Amino acid sequence: MCLAVPVKVVSIEGNEAEVEIGGVRRRVSIVLTPEATVGDYVLLHTGYAINVINEAEAQETLKILEEMASLDEVH
Amino acid sequence: MKFIDEFRDVELAKKVVSRIKQISTRPTRLMEFCGGHTVSIMRSGLRQLLPPTVEMLSGPGCPVCVTANADIDKAIALAHLPDVIVTTFGDMMKVPGSYSSLQQARAAEADIRIVYSTQDALQIARDNPTQSVIFIGIGFETTAPTIAASILQAENEGIKNYYVLCLSKLCPPIMKALLDLGELKLDGIVCPGHVSVIIGSHPYEFIPRDYGVACVVSGFEPLDILLSVEMLVAQIESGKPKVEIAYRRGVKPEGNKTALELMDRVFQVDSADWRGIGVVPASGLKIRKKFERFDAEQAFSITLEPVREAKGCICGDILRGVKTPLDCKLFRKVCTPEHPVGPCMVSSEGSCAAYYQYGTE
Repeated sequence: MCLAVPVKVVSIEGNEAEVEIGGVRRRVSIVLTPEATVGDYVLLHTGYAINVINEAEAQETLKILEEMASLDEVH
Repeated sequence: MKFIDEFRDVELAKKVVSRIKQISTRPTRLMEFCGGHTVSIMRSGLRQLLPPTVEMLSGPGCPVCVTANADIDKAIALAHLPDVIVTTFGDMMKVPGSYSSLQQARAAEADIRIVYSTQDALQIARDNPTQSVIFIGIGFETTAPTIAASILQAENEGIKNYYVLCLSKLCPPIMKALLDLGELKLDGIVCPGHVSVIIGSHPYEFIPRDYGVACVVSGFEPLDILLSVEMLVAQIESGKPKVEIAYRRGVKPEGNKTALELMDRVFQVDSADWRGIGVVPASGLKIRKKFERFDAEQAFSITLEPVREAKGCICGDILRGVKTPLDCKLFRKVCTPEHPVGPCMVSSEGSCAAYYQYGTE
């Protein structure tokens, strides 16, 4: 029910954005994410973007996982 | 980066599992609160990969599953009123109420339409100005802002035939209720990722402080969940429980302020009726007086038969984490996704449906 998927913002018109996922495009509401800009990835939940995904944090999380994995190799 | 495949790397996952095995020295009981996490854990077989010291219980984080029969009965009664179109997320259709389901009501010629979004419900209201369009507003904090947004939009556009049956529920208060019941002796909670996108991580602070239980907000890909389990185990092993965010690309400590502001404009906190748990104070939302003309419970008068519960169904115990679907005599025999007895078999993220689909036992 709380399912949300990352989609890319292609264009914005007022409170609506056109987003793309896997080649499929649809219009969604960005009334909950007025800060969204073209090129951002947003999390889409029931037709609404509920946040803008933070790419720097995503990279950081992957780095933490890689470090954790390398700690495992030391032992 | 597309934010999905990067978090499904099998080789990396194996190493994180091995790391968890290294640091876990004592029996540790975790609950994944959210049904979406249960599905991801079952689908990727994570339960079997974790060391025997780490036990994972499924929690009540499935809005369809925790909707009480009394509320399903209300939705069905509304659907049988003349000149009413009920709109609902698809998951609700097959959930049995006391006497029937929305699906059975539709077969009995009630006008019930499945929508993907409150935006679709608003469009049905625009297209059918002579009928009353009622949206069945289930969901947690993830969904509540989208319902609030639809009410504000209906007001702005002057859509006079749009109504909401408000069944929104709140996660931190039900976590408190479960901890107060004391049935589970939890060490840590995998906190819901998309609820936390909206509310942030601050609302969980009382859990480590008052109950000594560790909290980590998790994303939904297998690596997200493994990272969260590693962080929980590390906290528990250190004896210093706190609230941390593993899902940092999606969740900020303060949440989504725009969404919280919209929710607060339209809704106020109220008690809510949870299947398996009962009426819990301050665990739900109701529509504020200012917007009461959109409130289906205020606008329509319905009479309800006494509430009945399905015999033998243990959804309530499963939702509280005290039993698993494998403990249920009806599971797989009488109760299947085609013929569900209880809601945990209906919703795609219900524990019973997840065990049915992905379980190996």
